[in-house]
Amino acid sequence: MGQITLNQITKSFGDVQVIPPLDLRIDDGEFVVFVGPSGCGKSTLLRLIAGLEDITSGVIDIDGKDATEVPPAKRGLAMVFQSYALYPHMSVRKNIAFPLRMAGLDKAEQDKKVNAAAKVLNLTDYLERRPGQLSGGQRQRVAIGRAIVREPSAFLFDEPLSNLDAALRVNMRLEISELHQTLKTTMIYVTHDQVEAMTMADKIVVLQAGVIEQVGSPLELYHTPRNRFVAGFIGSPKMNFMMGAFSAEYDAATIGIRPEHISVSHTEGKWSGKVGVSEHLGSDTFLYVDVDGLDDPVTVRSTGEVAFRHGDTVHLTPDADKIHRFDNQGLRIA
Amino acid sequence: MATQHSRSAARIMMAPAVILLLGWMLIPLTMTLVFSFKRYLPLRGGDLGWIGFDNYVRFVSSSAFWPSVQTTLIIVGGVLVITIVFGILLSILLDQPMWGQGVVRILVIAPFFVMPTVSALVWKNMFMDPVNGLFAHLWKAFGAQPIEWLSDASLFSIILIVSWQWLPFATLILLTAIQSLDSEQLEAAEMDGAPPLSRFAYITLPHLSRAITIVLLIQTIFLLAIFAEIFVTTSGAFGTRTLTYLIYQRVLESQNVGLGSAGGVYAIILANIVAIFLMRIVGKNLDT
Repeated sequence: MGQITLNQITKSFGDVQVIPPLDLRIDDGEFVVFVGPSGCGKSTLLRLIAGLEDITSGVIDIDGKDATEVPPAKRGLAMVFQSYALYPHMSVRKNIAFPLRMAGLDKAEQDKKVNAAAKVLNLTDYLERRPGQLSGGQRQRVAIGRAIVREPSAFLFDEPLSNLDAALRVNMRLEISELHQTLKTTMIYVTHDQVEAMTMADKIVVLQAGVIEQVGSPLELYHTPRNRFVAGFIGSPKMNFMMGAFSAEYDAATIGIRPEHISVSHTEGKWSGKVGVSEHLGSDTFLYVDVDGLDDPVTVRSTGEVAFRHGDTVHLTPDADKIHRFDNQGLRIA
Repeated sequence: MATQHSRSAARIMMAPAVILLLGWMLIPLTMTLVFSFKRYLPLRGGDLGWIGFDNYVRFVSSSAFWPSVQTTLIIVGGVLVITIVFGILLSILLDQPMWGQGVVRILVIAPFFVMPTVSALVWKNMFMDPVNGLFAHLWKAFGAQPIEWLSDASLFSIILIVSWQWLPFATLILLTAIQSLDSEQLEAAEMDGAPPLSRFAYITLPHLSRAITIVLLIQTIFLLAIFAEIFVTTSGAFGTRTLTYLIYQRVLESQNVGLGSAGGVYAIILANIVAIFLMRIVGKNLDT
């Protein structure tokens, strides 16, 4: 079990309302990612669910029961913190066993569960070490281990990968996804990195200034962003936006076109411009093209082998079916 | 400090300070050692020549020696327990967000700025005086017989005065340690189901252990040498004669410099034993 419903939740710090009334339903077994720019209230929302912050108004239901006034420990949720929050004076074994010890389990039972968790997370060889003697990824796994042993109804992750280096982040991303497949427990994951959101989530919740901009599966958000903010936030590199004469042609205030939906040619195309920087990644090349009549360069994703040099004149053609149209409120025109 | 040249230059620059400090320490120490092997009575014949270990034997075999060691340990131990226990409680209290935090913190630290002699006199005359003291009035207000603090509960009174002086020091160090505790750790423990008392026992207290050992070490070294508080309150009477005070009495009241110096050497040895013990504990704590 691990079904969480937020009903007209608000949160204010003094006079500042960081979360205006918000509704959200998280189903059992889902991997939900809260994503948004820094300061959008995603961590606050997670802490409200955890019970570490009091809700100003509204109701939280966990597994169909009102949990608004229930203290954090009794909600049956486990949290993995950004700083891992391991207890530095305890060994890995004691860290993982801490929630069991607090629950009053006997020693044999504790050991059994700790060993099982350590096996899942490849920590068996490190059980007697202190957190200070572990690498970042290992610490991360200990923090996850401490969450697993409680057998919670849902896991809460607060930007758990942001302190790791890029390579390790990809690894841990896979491990957490794998863990979700194994445990089939509800997971709520907060991140500002849309790549993590896209790769891990069953359901993405895009937040801006405490407001939910869109909820949907990664591909839904990619294909049919509800507004300009979501369109610009999801996808890498970012969607190109064009206004004025460019969008008037399509009967919209703004049009958006993703870098991967623009074809580039030396000879002919809809728009022409000069190549600025080109980034060669091997598999892909990102071209930043200064199109005549546009302030911002247009990003184009091309194959790895293209040979365009700085200053070359190129012609761009958008894929007509893949153009997103937005009205002057920034909302999607169907 | 990279090159050979700059290293030797640094050595030359530091030499005056090092030599001065070394002399400052070594000359009194050597003189104490020299006197301790002499029969030296300034008012009764002066330097009467070498007498070997006689002073050491006499100092230890005097009936005042063991009681004075015991008194010293009781005072040091009592003050340590009071300052650390209340220091932890106060620092947790001061760490809570509250109105007027800055002023309260300064007030808490204030006793540390008062000179030992002054604070002991204030306590003696304004609080503990059996006729005019605040405590006497308090006791009378409840119809009780005022306690003659400095004669009936002399040791406890001195522990109280010294604790009052050293509590700010302990609080200050423990407060900075508490402030460095990562709040996510406490939140993690809360999520793990630890009630407030367990969070204190399993998270806060271990986090403070290093600060506590440091308080313990520094205070012990200073408390072994307390003198003014005893001098102005009981003058060593009513069982408040510590080792330091006994040495003072041997040198100045009995005018026996040799005997006092021997006591001084014992005090040095005692202080070093304590220091080695504490260094070990600190060392063990610093390992983790």
